[in-house]
Amino acid sequence: MKCEIDIAGLVKRFGPTTVLSGIDLCLKPGERVAIIGPSGTGKSTLLRCLNWLDRPDAGRITLGDLSVDAAHASRAQILALRRRTGFVFQNYALFANKTARQNIMEGLTTVRGWNKARATERADEILAQVGLADRGDSYPAALSGGQQQRVGIGRAMALDADLLLFDEPTSALDPEWVGEVLDLIRSIADGRQTMLIVTHEMQFAREIADRIVFMEGGRIVEQGPPAQIFGDAHDERTRAFLRRVT
Amino acid sequence: MKGLDTAYMWDLVPIILGYVPLTLGMAIVAMAAALVLAAFLAILRVLRVPVADQVVAVFISFFRGTPLLVQLFLFYYGLPQLFPAMTSIDGITAAVIGLTLHFSAYMAESIRGAILGVDRSQWEAAQSIGMTQGQLLRRIVLPQASRVAAPTLMNYFIDLIKSTSLAFTLGVTEMMGAAQKEAAGSFLYLEAFLVVAVIYWIMVELLSVGQRWMERHLGKAVAR
Repeated sequence: MKCEIDIAGLVKRFGPTTVLSGIDLCLKPGERVAIIGPSGTGKSTLLRCLNWLDRPDAGRITLGDLSVDAAHASRAQILALRRRTGFVFQNYALFANKTARQNIMEGLTTVRGWNKARATERADEILAQVGLADRGDSYPAALSGGQQQRVGIGRAMALDADLLLFDEPTSALDPEWVGEVLDLIRSIADGRQTMLIVTHEMQFAREIADRIVFMEGGRIVEQGPPAQIFGDAHDERTRAFLRRVT
Repeated sequence: MKGLDTAYMWDLVPIILGYVPLTLGMAIVAMAAALVLAAFLAILRVLRVPVADQVVAVFISFFRGTPLLVQLFLFYYGLPQLFPAMTSIDGITAAVIGLTLHFSAYMAESIRGAILGVDRSQWEAAQSIGMTQGQLLRRIVLPQASRVAAPTLMNYFIDLIKSTSLAFTLGVTEMMGAAQKEAAGSFLYLEAFLVVAVIYWIMVELLSVGQRWMERHLGKAVAR
């Protein structure tokens, strides 16, 4: 099957440090991929590069008919790439001056050019989907961490992106809110949304992912179906990591 | 020692009050123009636009580093020497332009500070959904920055109102100019300047009350 999202030779350096040294990754339509690995191995940087929050130094990202080359990416291409990759932040990063509903509407009205009535209707559908139908008028400061993250996921969903990127979506949450956020991501995964998720929740990764990617030192060390990675990893580094975290 | 001629002071009040619209008009026009200019300058600095950033830095340094009175004199009496066309500018226009430039320099710095105070994650979130630089500034960053900057900007407005009195030195008959003229006729300087001082004071106090009310009100709306 053809790749829906094709990442080829992605390199990212911060000053003298090479954080990503040539990442190749192909995601098939509807595929759910979890990236695991030790801290500081470039997992989050990879996700941020796919949304161009960090600018890759080399490589190519292809989403359907959109192909962005790091060496000569135009502004229009970058905006299109961002539009087509929804990003869920570790610390939610909701717009502080907007209500929950407005946070979700922003991408619809400002970016996709929908009129207000249509955007409001869609935002209310999404609010219901993330279980916050009654909190649409609340500002982020008045929401719990779990609620904020669910709005954050709703904001990314509103783009109808080809790819949803989750950057450690539960790492900043109090333990009591982790469950509701994982439940929401699980329900999105059930809809066969193509997604790439960086997580430290191994059980969760095993449960929802079609494929596990293990990264270390800015490289993909090993990848495969959850049963194989968690049950019978080939690489000693993968096994060592999994021994430490499980 | 003679007592104050209070009857004369009461007669002066309506005369000076007649110039309040001119004073407030100059202040409001200069404030509006300065706000727009300051926001523009602040954005050039925050985005570190090449060349423009350095030019703005020099602009701000000059207008903060020299007295307003000197700037007004340079502008009104000095520049027409170089540009004869400027001779036709009247004192009110010159004062408003001078006040605009002067206060925009100060306000640009506080707006810049307020923009930099907006959390980095707000920029990234706006970028992540595909907003352009202009959209993210207009819809996300500036609204948040303006709430932070509002009290400081209000203080500049108060300062600006009082600074319009310097227009008097450009031959404009505003509140201060009117008081000076009256005093020159009656020789009752203390009375005339006391009246004008009290009227400025009351104007500023009324604004401060409005400012406190606005801050309470805005604070409630967003509940942060």
